[in-house]
Amino acid sequence: MTATDAPDSARPRHDAGLRRGFRDGGLAGLPFLVVAIPFGMLFGAVATESGLDLLSTMAMTSIVIAGASQFAFLQLMNDGAPAFAAFGAALAVNLRMAMYSASLAPHLGAAPLRWRLMLAYFNVDQVYAASIARYQDRPAMGLWEKIGFYLGVAAPIFPAWIGGTLAGALVGRGIPPEWSLDFAPAVTFIAVFAPMLRSLAALAACAVSVAAALALSVLPWSLGLPIAGALGMAAGAGAELWLERRAARHAAADAAGDEGSAVDGAGA
Amino acid sequence: MSALDGPQFWIAIVALGLATYLVRLSFLGLVGGSTLPPWALRLLRYVPVAVLPALVAPMVVWPAASGGETDPVRLAAGAAALLVGALARNLLAAVGAGMGTLYAMQAVLA
Repeated sequence: MTATDAPDSARPRHDAGLRRGFRDGGLAGLPFLVVAIPFGMLFGAVATESGLDLLSTMAMTSIVIAGASQFAFLQLMNDGAPAFAAFGAALAVNLRMAMYSASLAPHLGAAPLRWRLMLAYFNVDQVYAASIARYQDRPAMGLWEKIGFYLGVAAPIFPAWIGGTLAGALVGRGIPPEWSLDFAPAVTFIAVFAPMLRSLAALAACAVSVAAALALSVLPWSLGLPIAGALGMAAGAGAELWLERRAARHAAADAAGDEGSAVDGAGA
Repeated sequence: MSALDGPQFWIAIVALGLATYLVRLSFLGLVGGSTLPPWALRLLRYVPVAVLPALVAPMVVWPAASGGETDPVRLAAGAAALLVGALARNLLAAVGAGMGTLYAMQAVLA
C-alpha cells in the first residue's frame, strides 16, 4: 500500500472491494464457529490433561493453527515417541494444505508478495473451503474482493479457535459429548462441498476421492488423504476433458451435416 | 511429562509451525502473478470436490466417537447434509439437515 504510486482514484476502489469482501466473508465464516469453539476447547483440555502448561498450549495452537495435526502431535508425544517422529507425523497430516495453496493460486496469486505471505498463515480447511466455494460461484469477483472475503472468513474462526483453546485449557472440556459436536466438522465440510457437485466431472472427482480415501485409510499419518485428493483431481480433470471432446465431436458431426454453417463454426 | 516441556518440545513446535506455514504458502508463494497452464487450471478446479470429500469420508464411515465403528446415525446425518447441500445449495440448510438428522435419530434410538 505504501510503495505503489497508484492514482488516488484507484485507492478507494481497492479499499471498497476489500471491505465488501471482508463483510461477506465474515458472515460466511460464522457457521464454522460451531466447529472452531468446541474443538479449540477440546484441544486446550486434552493438552493440559497431557501435562502441557498454559504457555506451551497457547504457543502451539497459535503457531501451528491446524487442529488435526496438533492432536496427532500430542498423542505421539504422550505415547513417548521422539519429538522428530511427532513432528513428521503431524506435518504429514497437513500436506493437503499444499493442494489448497495450489487451488488458491489462480485466485490470489496476483496479490503482492507481502499480502500472500500473510494470507498463507490463514490457509486452513474452513477458510480455504468457504473461499474457494465463493470464488467458483462468483467468477466476476475482483482480486481485492477475493482477498477481503478470505480474510473475512478467517476473522471469526481464528479468534474462536485460539480463544476456545484458552477456555478449554482453563476450564476443561466444557461441552458435553452428548451434543455430538464431534460430527460438526464432517457436516460443515459436506455442507461446503455438496453445492459444488454440479457437473458430472465434479461427481467423478468426488466419487473417486472418497473410494480412494477409504481404501487408503490403512496408510499411516493420513498419507492416504493427499493421494486420494490427487486421484480425485485427476478423475475430475479427465472426465471434464472427455466430456469436452465428446461434445466437440458431436458439434463437428452436426456441422458436417449442415454444410452452410460449417464455415463460420469450424474455427471455434 | 518430561517430553512435553523440554527444549525438544519447543524446537518441535516451532519447526512444525514453520513447516506447516511453508506448506500453506508453497504454491501461493511460488506461482505469484504468473498465469498457470490450462492443464494445471483444469486439475486445480477439482481440488475442493476431491480433497474435502477425502477428508470427510473416514470421519463419516468410521467416526472416532464410536471408536471407529460404523454408526448408522452418522451415516444418515452425512447423507442428509450431502443431499440438502447439493439440492438447496445453502450451507446453513445443509448443516441444519445434517445435525438435525443426527439429533433426531439419536433421540428416537435412545
